[in-house]
Amino acid sequence: MLWETISLAFTTIIRNKLRTFLTVLGVVIGVAAVIAMVTIGQGSSAQVSASVAALGTNVLTVRPGTRGFGPPTGGAAAPRFSLKDAEALADLPVVGFAAPVVSSGQTVVFGNANAATQVYGTSGDYTRVQNWALRTGRSFEPHEESAGSAVCVLGQTVASKLFGNSDPLGQSIRVKNVACQVLGVLSARGSGSFGQDQDDLVLMPAKAVQRRLEGNANVDSIAVALRKSVSAQDGIAAVQSVLRERRRIGLTQADNFSVSDSKELSTMLGGINSVLTGLLSSVAAVSLLVGGIGIMNIMLVSVTERTREIGIRLAVGASAGQVLLQFLVEAVVLSLLGGAVGIGLGLAIAYGGSVFMAIPFAPSGAVVALAFGFSALVGVVFGYFPARRAARLDPIEALRYQ
Amino acid sequence: MAPLIQFSGVSRSYGRGEAEVRALDGVDLSIARGEFVAIMGPSGSGKSTAMNIIGCLDRPSTGKYLFQGVEVQDLDQDRRALLRRHCLGFVFQGFNLLARQSALENVELPLIYKGLLKAQRVARARLALKKVGLEGRENHDPSQLSGGQQQRVAIARALASDPMVILADEPTGNLDSQRSHEIMQLLQALNRDGITIVMVTHEEDIAAYAQRLLVFTDGKLSHDAQTPAPISRSA
Repeated sequence: MLWETISLAFTTIIRNKLRTFLTVLGVVIGVAAVIAMVTIGQGSSAQVSASVAALGTNVLTVRPGTRGFGPPTGGAAAPRFSLKDAEALADLPVVGFAAPVVSSGQTVVFGNANAATQVYGTSGDYTRVQNWALRTGRSFEPHEESAGSAVCVLGQTVASKLFGNSDPLGQSIRVKNVACQVLGVLSARGSGSFGQDQDDLVLMPAKAVQRRLEGNANVDSIAVALRKSVSAQDGIAAVQSVLRERRRIGLTQADNFSVSDSKELSTMLGGINSVLTGLLSSVAAVSLLVGGIGIMNIMLVSVTERTREIGIRLAVGASAGQVLLQFLVEAVVLSLLGGAVGIGLGLAIAYGGSVFMAIPFAPSGAVVALAFGFSALVGVVFGYFPARRAARLDPIEALRYQ
Repeated sequence: MAPLIQFSGVSRSYGRGEAEVRALDGVDLSIARGEFVAIMGPSGSGKSTAMNIIGCLDRPSTGKYLFQGVEVQDLDQDRRALLRRHCLGFVFQGFNLLARQSALENVELPLIYKGLLKAQRVARARLALKKVGLEGRENHDPSQLSGGQQQRVAIARALASDPMVILADEPTGNLDSQRSHEIMQLLQALNRDGITIVMVTHEEDIAAYAQRLLVFTDGKLSHDAQTPAPISRSA
C-alpha cells in the first residue's frame, strides 16, 4: 500500500513537470543556500584551524605601547625595545625561542627585477619561533647576527619575483643601497588569516637592518615562542614581569607595552566566522520556509483540482487515512526532490566558492543529512494541512464536484 | 434468510429548524440477495439520498439501516469505507473514471485499497475487463474509449473487487439508446451471476430491465412492485 502510494505520488509529479519544477524551486533555493553557506563556513573554519595548527606552539608578539580600541595610549611615547630585551626574554625558562623584529619597508632589486616588500631584521630564531622551514639554503649564523652582516633569507614570493625559476643562493641582491648575499629561501606559507601574502618578506640580521637601513637601534616587536608545556597565560605573565622590570615600570604604573597571543587572534576570527555562518544560514533557512509555503499552496490547488478523483477513491473504498497518506506522501516526495536537487546545487556553489576564495572544500555528511531530513519535515508540515483537507472531503460532494 | 439491505424508519434531513429539508421521511424497505431493483422518482424525491445511504456514503439521521444485519448508521467513516471496499461496487452516470490512467489501472483502483499485490491486481482487473467485453482495450485511456466503453470500464471496476451489490446511479444517463440497452443487458447478465443490483434511473424502458421497481415521492416510498414486463426485452 505504501509502495503504491509512493509510486502514485511519483506518477503525479512526473505528469506535471513544469508545475513540479516551480513548486520545488523554493525548497531547492532554500536548501542550496543553507548547504552552500554552511559548507563554505566550515571550509573557512577549517582554514582558520589549519593556520592555528601551523603555528605549532603558542607565539606571543610583544610590542611597545598599549593595544586595543581607540587611540593607542602612550604609543608614540613608549620606549622601543632593544636587542637586549629579546635576549632577556629568550633566557626565560618558559620561553623556547625569542626573536627581535625590526621591520622596514624597502624595494629590493636584482638585475632589472625589483619588488617592494617588507624587510624583517631578526635573528636565526625567527624561523624557529614561526615554526617555518627553509626550502633551500640556510639561515643566519650567530657570527653574522653579531656582526650585522649583509646577508638575507628570502620569502618565496620575493624569490619568485626577483629570480623566477633560477637559483637565488649565493646571488647578491640590493636592498635600498646595500648589497646583500642570499643565504636561503623560506618554504611557501600561502595566505594568512586576513588573506595577506605571508611569503612576501625578506629576513636579515637585526643589526644589519638597524645600522644599514634604519639608522637606529630600535626593535619594533619581539616574537616569542613558548615551550610546549607552558600555557599562554603563564607565558604572558612571565614575559610581562621581565619586561616591567627591564623597563622600570613602577608597581602602580600601567604597562607601556603589550603582549598578544597568536591563537587569540585565530580564535577571534573563528568566532566571527561561525557567527557569520550562523546568520547567513538562518537567512537561508527563511527561504526554506517560503519554499514550504509554496508546496502547501500547490498541494491545496491540487486537492481542489482532484476533488473528483478523491471522491472516486473514497467510493471504491479508500479510507480517509489512505487519502491523507496519499497527499502527504506526495508533498514529502516533492520536498525531498527539492531537497536532493538543492543539496546538489548547494554543494556545487560551495565548491565554486571554495575554489574562488582559496579555502578548503569541506562538505559535511551531517549537514547534508540534516538538510535532507529538514526538507522531509517541510513536506510533512506543509503537506499535512492540504492532505487533511483532502481526507475530510465528503465523498458525495466530491463525486458531484465538476 | 435475512434481507441483504434493510431500512426501518430511515429518515435523512439536511439543515436545521425552519430550513430543515427532509430528503427521506421514514422509509421502510428491504432488498434480498440476488434482486435487481430499479429506483425511480422525480428530482428531489429522495432516491439519490436513498442510494447514498445504501452505498454507505451517507448515514440516516434517524432510523436503522442494516446491511447483512450490520447496523450501518452507527459505523464511523472508516468502517463504512471498509464496507464499500469489500461489499459494494459503484457505477455512476458520468462514469467517474480517472483520466490519464488506462482502463486496466482504473479497474485496479479498488484492488489497491484491498491490499492486493500488483500481479494479482492485474490478473483480476483483466478478468473483469474480459467479463464486460473489453478484452484488448486494457491499455486505452478513458479519452480513447466511447461512452459505452467507458461505462463498461466503470462496471468492470465495480466488479473487480467481487462485490455483493452493485449500485448504479443512472448508468445509462449519458448514453444513446443502443449503448444503454447494451449496458443494461450486461447488468442483467451480472445479476444472473448472483450480484444484487440497485439502480436509479429516469427512463421506464431502462427500469423495465429490473425485476422490481421502487418509486420515491417526496421522501417516501410510494410504489414497490415487481415489474410486469418480461425480464429480457429487445431494444
